[in-house]
Amino acid sequence: MTERKVVIPGEVLAKGEEYLPGENTEKRNGEIVSIRFGLAEESNNLVKVIPLSGVYHPRKGNVVIGKVENLTFNGWVIDIDTTENAFLSLAEVPRYVNKNNLKEVLDMGDMVVAKIYDSNKKSIDLTLKGRGFGKIEEGMIMKINSNKVPRIIGKEGSMINLIKDETKCNITVGQNGIVWILGDKVEDELLAKKIVLFITEKSYINGLTEEVKKWIEKERKK
Amino acid sequence: METTRITGERIREYMLSGKRFDGRNLEDFREITIEKGVSKNAEGSARVKIGNTEVVVGVKMSVSEPYPDSPDKGNLMVTSELLPLSSDRFESGPPRIESIELARVIDRCIRESKFIEFEKLCITPGEKVWTVFVDIYSINADGNLIDAAGIGALAALKNAKIPEYNEKEGVVYGSLTNKKIPVKKEIPLSITFHKIGESIIVDPTQEEEDVSEARVTIGSHEGVISSMQKGNSKEIKEDEMFKILDLNEKVWKELFLKIEKSFKD
Amino acid sequence: MAEKGFKRSDGRKMDEIRKMNAKVGVVPNADGSAMFSFGDTIAIAAVYGPKKMHPQHLQNPEKGTLRYSYNMLSFSVTDRIRPGPSRRSQEISKISEWALEPVLMIEDFPNAVIDVHVNILQANASTRCAGINAAALALAHAGIPMKNMVASVSIGKLDKQLVVDVSKEEEDWEKGEGATDIPISFTSDGKITHIQLDGKIGTKQLKEAIGMAKKACAEIHELQKKVLKESIPEK
Repeated sequence: MTERKVVIPGEVLAKGEEYLPGENTEKRNGEIVSIRFGLAEESNNLVKVIPLSGVYHPRKGNVVIGKVENLTFNGWVIDIDTTENAFLSLAEVPRYVNKNNLKEVLDMGDMVVAKIYDSNKKSIDLTLKGRGFGKIEEGMIMKINSNKVPRIIGKEGSMINLIKDETKCNITVGQNGIVWILGDKVEDELLAKKIVLFITEKSYINGLTEEVKKWIEKERKK
Repeated sequence: METTRITGERIREYMLSGKRFDGRNLEDFREITIEKGVSKNAEGSARVKIGNTEVVVGVKMSVSEPYPDSPDKGNLMVTSELLPLSSDRFESGPPRIESIELARVIDRCIRESKFIEFEKLCITPGEKVWTVFVDIYSINADGNLIDAAGIGALAALKNAKIPEYNEKEGVVYGSLTNKKIPVKKEIPLSITFHKIGESIIVDPTQEEEDVSEARVTIGSHEGVISSMQKGNSKEIKEDEMFKILDLNEKVWKELFLKIEKSFKD
Repeated sequence: MAEKGFKRSDGRKMDEIRKMNAKVGVVPNADGSAMFSFGDTIAIAAVYGPKKMHPQHLQNPEKGTLRYSYNMLSFSVTDRIRPGPSRRSQEISKISEWALEPVLMIEDFPNAVIDVHVNILQANASTRCAGINAAALALAHAGIPMKNMVASVSIGKLDKQLVVDVSKEEEDWEKGEGATDIPISFTSDGKITHIQLDGKIGTKQLKEAIGMAKKACAEIHELQKKVLKESIPEK
């Protein structure tokens, strides 16, 4: 099995002891079975399923975009659209923060780009230390399914760079599926948003980059 | 995910140039599709889609005693349910105020315009009259459920046929006569106008509706207004209100042209 | 195996399921959704989650919670149903939840809830079965990890004759021993996750009915598989 094919939960993907169960599969009676709706892929006898849907699993090192839900005495509770809320502590902001005036740095409803520096069953801890992290002052926010993020970014950033070049926009893609678009004109931002949506709809096809280029040309002609 | 503040700023700013994110003008409705007769056990039914917003409406009829103050008139009851199926913002439980208001606004639009000829729904004065139930359900909520519900209610009523009734068996459900519910030919379409920043728009997507400051729903037919309701918590200036009233006449005509064939028999 | 001269009112063979129809993605807002119909019985299901469970006291710190809600639209039946939950719909919600829970792999979602909302748009018997079929599709569509799929069908005994996929007319069968209604759900690897019965049936015939259900569920599963696969077009 070299080509990716669509599979469903309970479907047998491979039979034989030589196969190993990768992500979203399990081994049952010598068979590799899918436990997810997605695209099955095999390489070097490792069989895995790439999901097309499903919730975001926070991982250490991920860059995420979230919304401030609450202010506590020592930090901010941030909603990053997962089953647990994330927390940004005062100590993880790379500048002096007056304990009595957290609002000045980040207030309720503010959007922020952050990095997950620790994630375990109990909590997700964020940090703003590092380049490119902090409050989002303006632009457009959109949400896509987190499983599509790799396609938006592309191999070594090829896809995201294509979008940036075509629209002259700054685009930050959170691993949690929240995307920040900032351009000089609203039209440019809207084009970037449209391209992102196009990619999410066609994320499973081969030759996606070519398709995207062709589609952008068509859109420009309109 | 609720529209973020910064996206809201973009929406307001862009509207000032007369445009919206999906390319529409401020007074444009999204694509509307109306399907009638979508549920066989109902006396009448319709499914309405405005963009991605979808509602289904069913009409059921029953026979009962009339209200004492209208012994020779049939009755109307409009209910609505914002199904949890249709949005992660709707939880199971007792009806939300949005649901209650929606049903009552659509009820008034139909009732006050005298659309249904209630005297013709009388079987025996003082004893037996028809009650018409209009039940509205949201299937996917992407803004402007009120107008979708209004169109759905009208389409379902136009689609409905009166079931057989006799003294012995009462209402014979499943056995429809060829008689339609008696209605006037003037269709009371309701349209909701939203104030977003300095702009007035119709048919908001959910993203736009999240930043709506005030809204006015107007039920009318060719400039004759029979019902009106202002909702949401910001104020509307007098000249803005007059602008809405003028816009209503214009938008009503365009909208009616788009959908009138669904209301033909 | 037909009793001599027995004919189904709609002309179906004894083990024939009504014409089925299914589609995923019918509720764009949902994380996963599907529609499933047996003839004139139409169910739609939408899945939201996993997401934070509210109220907090219902949270399970060891694994995720499945919350299923079955509801019939007022006009889905001939006699209007007053909107709102009924005891019947609450019971059906619970047994449907139990029908699906065994295949869900939700240990990795502590304190989270997966909401499954099922609504019946049009009823011609076997609504809970159509609901479970739609729900299984919606759960898979939503990317919920599942060991297997689940399919559900009703077996009827009309007087002495066993039939697959009971219609309303058959549910109301009065001749002879009347109607016995047996809704059953199977996982795609042949395990029973739900069975109910009301009527009158002997042990031997009940075993036969279960066998018929297993076969019918396998057929339904093929449709579920087809629908999920075809929802991702090649180009």
